[in-house]
Amino acid sequence: MLGSTFIVVGSLLAVIAVVILRGVPALSLSMLTQTPKGGYYLGKEGGILNAIVGSLYLAGGATALAFVISLPIALYLEEYAGKSRLASFTRLSLDVLWGVPSIVYGAFGFTIMLYLGIRASLMGGIITVALFVLPLMVRAMDEVLRMVPSELREASYALGSNKLETVFKIMVKQALPGILTAVLLAFGRGIGDAASVLFTAGYSDYIPNSFFDPAATLPLAILFQLGTPFPEVQMRAYASAVILMILVLSLSIASRFLTKRLTKYVVGVRT
Amino acid sequence: MLTATIFSSLIVFLIAFVLLQKGSLILTTKPLSELLFSSSWYPWRGEFGFYPFIVGTFWVTALAMILAIPVCLLSAIYLAEYASKSVREIMKPLVDLLAGIPSVVYGLWGVLAIVPLIRDYLAPLAGAATTGYSVLAGGMVLAIMVFPIIISVSEEVFRAVPYEVREASLALGATRWQTVKHVVTRKALPGVVAAVILGFSRAFGETMAVLMVVGNVPKAPSSVFDPAYPLPALIANSYGEMMSIPLYDSALLLAALILLLVVFSFSVAARVILMRIERGLR
Repeated sequence: MLGSTFIVVGSLLAVIAVVILRGVPALSLSMLTQTPKGGYYLGKEGGILNAIVGSLYLAGGATALAFVISLPIALYLEEYAGKSRLASFTRLSLDVLWGVPSIVYGAFGFTIMLYLGIRASLMGGIITVALFVLPLMVRAMDEVLRMVPSELREASYALGSNKLETVFKIMVKQALPGILTAVLLAFGRGIGDAASVLFTAGYSDYIPNSFFDPAATLPLAILFQLGTPFPEVQMRAYASAVILMILVLSLSIASRFLTKRLTKYVVGVRT
Repeated sequence: MLTATIFSSLIVFLIAFVLLQKGSLILTTKPLSELLFSSSWYPWRGEFGFYPFIVGTFWVTALAMILAIPVCLLSAIYLAEYASKSVREIMKPLVDLLAGIPSVVYGLWGVLAIVPLIRDYLAPLAGAATTGYSVLAGGMVLAIMVFPIIISVSEEVFRAVPYEVREASLALGATRWQTVKHVVTRKALPGVVAAVILGFSRAFGETMAVLMVVGNVPKAPSSVFDPAYPLPALIANSYGEMMSIPLYDSALLLAALILLLVVFSFSVAARVILMRIERGLR
């Protein structure tokens, strides 16, 4: 049993160690600060700034969009729908949605974009990824809202505030650390996924200027650079993987730290 | 708020509907049985046999589960029953980190570590010659990718077993391991099944990591050292060319629909089991 626990920890360390050991030597400042120049994929100079910025735009936009939709849903589930049939149906449906493979979202997003006549663009990617992170976000918020002690709610009602005031001024404030964690989690998941953006966001060597430009993303940059037959370019794929991994892991650690930090200021929740 | 809620609960059906609408085009020209059981994949000739891809998906997924289940269950038992609080508190973030690593990074790791390992050590040991890009590589990478979900769900299930049950067994003179083996695991069985199903459906639809290490040869594999071509990888790889060949897009969306339906039925089953357990606890 201890052995299998070591296997789990060992594989985590092996993944991180191998990627870092192979990637760091190829990492350079120009990779972080330049977009691909002509012949970049043949081993000439340039960087993957287009993919880094593209990924941040895409995941940021998708997280923002998903947040705007998720918060009302989570509040509704918790505060208005209670244990109704609609609430449990929605929870089940979101849990199922959470398990849907990202490639299916990609295919779905692409089909919808064909209907609407949108080309592969930042916009298409944002909408698809927003749908993809939506279930994770709603369910995570739902869980933290449930933790808000009901005494607080009752106190708010007793002071004469109405439902909307209670929900936004008391519930949201109380659940803020958890909501923030949900947002960071969703951002991490959105930035790391490749299959859903493959057909919907496209790829471009330039930093997108508008929502309707195609956008490069880090996971796809890794995939494409690895797919070239040139060792120099493949090395850059390793370096890009280090960048992506550090980004995602630091988000994960930051969200843990923030949760701990912020829960100190919240009433009645013990960690 | 209500609109958003209803919208979110219908997304999964919306996805299924759209895929069905596009995917059904090909069903009007070919019977479903031919699509599912034919192995001739020649899109430019209008022949779309999914058989090798479906078999490839099942090989890779099944292998991943065989590798992952014992490791996950034993670690979950260790964490839930034996580990001290501090060990648990160290392990939880580590398992979360494992869940947070993007699939492309897993794929890259597979290419850098697992593929050479199989080519240079494991395959010669078994007397097989392979490029390393194989079902086994896909299975090994996938196994690690499903660790977090199986471990976290089943650990929670083990911990949800009421303490009285354990105390009763210990009071009857059973050792700790006997208690775990005969009492706790039996009580937790439905939940463990649910955890495994969730892991299975995660592995089933995983695209990028598998695509990078599995070789992508459209032929049903006959050994774990053979390359395979799972359905998600097929969709991801063929999207560029599909618009130029008639019915190709329809075939691929049907493939996506098959993925969706399998995952859908599996996760509904798992969630229903888990909901029952949760209700039983209250």
